[in-house]
Amino acid sequence: MLIRTADDIKPSEITPEHVYRSRRRFMREALALTGAGVALPAAALPGAWLDERSVLPGAPLDETMTSESDATSYNNFYEFGTDKGDPAAHAHEMTIDPWTVEVSGEVAKPGKIGLEDMLVGIDLEERIYRLRCVEAWSMVIPWIGFPVKKILDKFEPTGNAKYVMFETLHRPSEMRGQRSLFSSIDWPYVEGLRLDEANHPLAIFAVGMYGNLLPKQNGAPIRLVVPWKYGFKSIKSIVSIRLTETRPVNTWNDLQPREYGFYANVNPTVDHPRWSQARERRFPTTLFRPNWIPTRMFNGYDEVAELYTGMDLSRYY
Amino acid sequence: MPLALLAVDVWREFQVPGSGLGPDPADELVRTLGTWGLRILLITLAVSPTSRVLRQPRLVRFRRMFGLWAFAYIVLHFIAYLAVLAGFELATIAGDVVKRPYITVGFSALLMLIPLAATSTRGWQRRLGRRWRMLHRLVYPAAVAAWTHLMWLSKGGFMDPFVYGAILVLLFGERVVARFRRARRSPG
Repeated sequence: MLIRTADDIKPSEITPEHVYRSRRRFMREALALTGAGVALPAAALPGAWLDERSVLPGAPLDETMTSESDATSYNNFYEFGTDKGDPAAHAHEMTIDPWTVEVSGEVAKPGKIGLEDMLVGIDLEERIYRLRCVEAWSMVIPWIGFPVKKILDKFEPTGNAKYVMFETLHRPSEMRGQRSLFSSIDWPYVEGLRLDEANHPLAIFAVGMYGNLLPKQNGAPIRLVVPWKYGFKSIKSIVSIRLTETRPVNTWNDLQPREYGFYANVNPTVDHPRWSQARERRFPTTLFRPNWIPTRMFNGYDEVAELYTGMDLSRYY
Repeated sequence: MPLALLAVDVWREFQVPGSGLGPDPADELVRTLGTWGLRILLITLAVSPTSRVLRQPRLVRFRRMFGLWAFAYIVLHFIAYLAVLAGFELATIAGDVVKRPYITVGFSALLMLIPLAATSTRGWQRRLGRRWRMLHRLVYPAAVAAWTHLMWLSKGGFMDPFVYGAILVLLFGERVVARFRRARRSPG
């Protein structure tokens, strides 16, 4: 049979989570073995810090994982170009070491902080999440990260803080999409959440995926992952976090308010003006098995519904 | 040529999924066919101006060939959309054509090109006489519709629509100038 449905996928085709989770351990051991004679210090490897941290295992998701090669070669990261392949081709031009994040606005302890210092005392967890793009495709990705709330609490938001604004690196010399004359985006890319959304346990900052450090095309060294919202909310390569009293601007809403909202919750009943949001193509997708599946409210994360009680979600899309 | 390369990609995709057309083969196939359809349509529109500029009236012979190739790509583009993106689901397709302006306008471009392809033979040219010329002016709104289709589905980056739009303006501009010159030359 040429066209297969989800039911046809044999359980044996799904990578069991412990296999890839153990891969990092395996790589470390392999390095230790080969390094035994060469005396290669682990610290010499770029981004080796993740290897020195333990990662709490995440709850398994009973859905086929998207392959690492799909998730790292099919990306929207307009800072590097508008084609899906552009980020993987050009993101290497971005330097991410050292990396500092500025926390400002309505916080008791504002300041600039290096990424490693920011992660002191924070446990890394694995989170296997669905990622639903506003363009009606989706993936299942094992992230490594920690709740957004843990970072925000470190800086002590004041009573006035009602929203959080995030900003991506703006460095045209290393990000060719920001140099493009044909881009309508007003750089830097900015996104925002309501503070209670950011504090929800499902909202995380990711620093890794598939057991490794985050690749640059996926938003290294630190990005947001808000699994119940369309992918564009999960801003990449974050350099600034600002707590505000009023609702911040978010790039796509600013660009085309009719097409992209501030909330951008995954919602199969509210169509994008140019396409339907009722279903999505789940990666892996092939020519002969496109793998269309119905889209679920809040991307299947029903536990966030309480954040929006009494709100008309067709108006606040 | 592009069609042959694409056929190889589809064949590889059939053998090993993901090998020929990348992680999103359906989108890639539809997009590639559409892009080449528009490009060859622009080449078709460039034939007459080129023959005027180079003073080589014989070049016009190639116009039909390019036009039919453009039509072939656009038909394949539409079939690929029906098959691999819409999955031949009639409700989805009808909804798309009616509700999504960029699909409506793209579909209308295809509709306008059908009579042109059908009457492209010498026989039809003879039978329709003067009306053939009138009918084939439909290629202009069709090209504008095809360009609008691309413009309306673009998101954030506008390099492609800008480049194709500039070419279209250039080709239309040449026609206006040529017509103006002809009018001046003939008395009355």
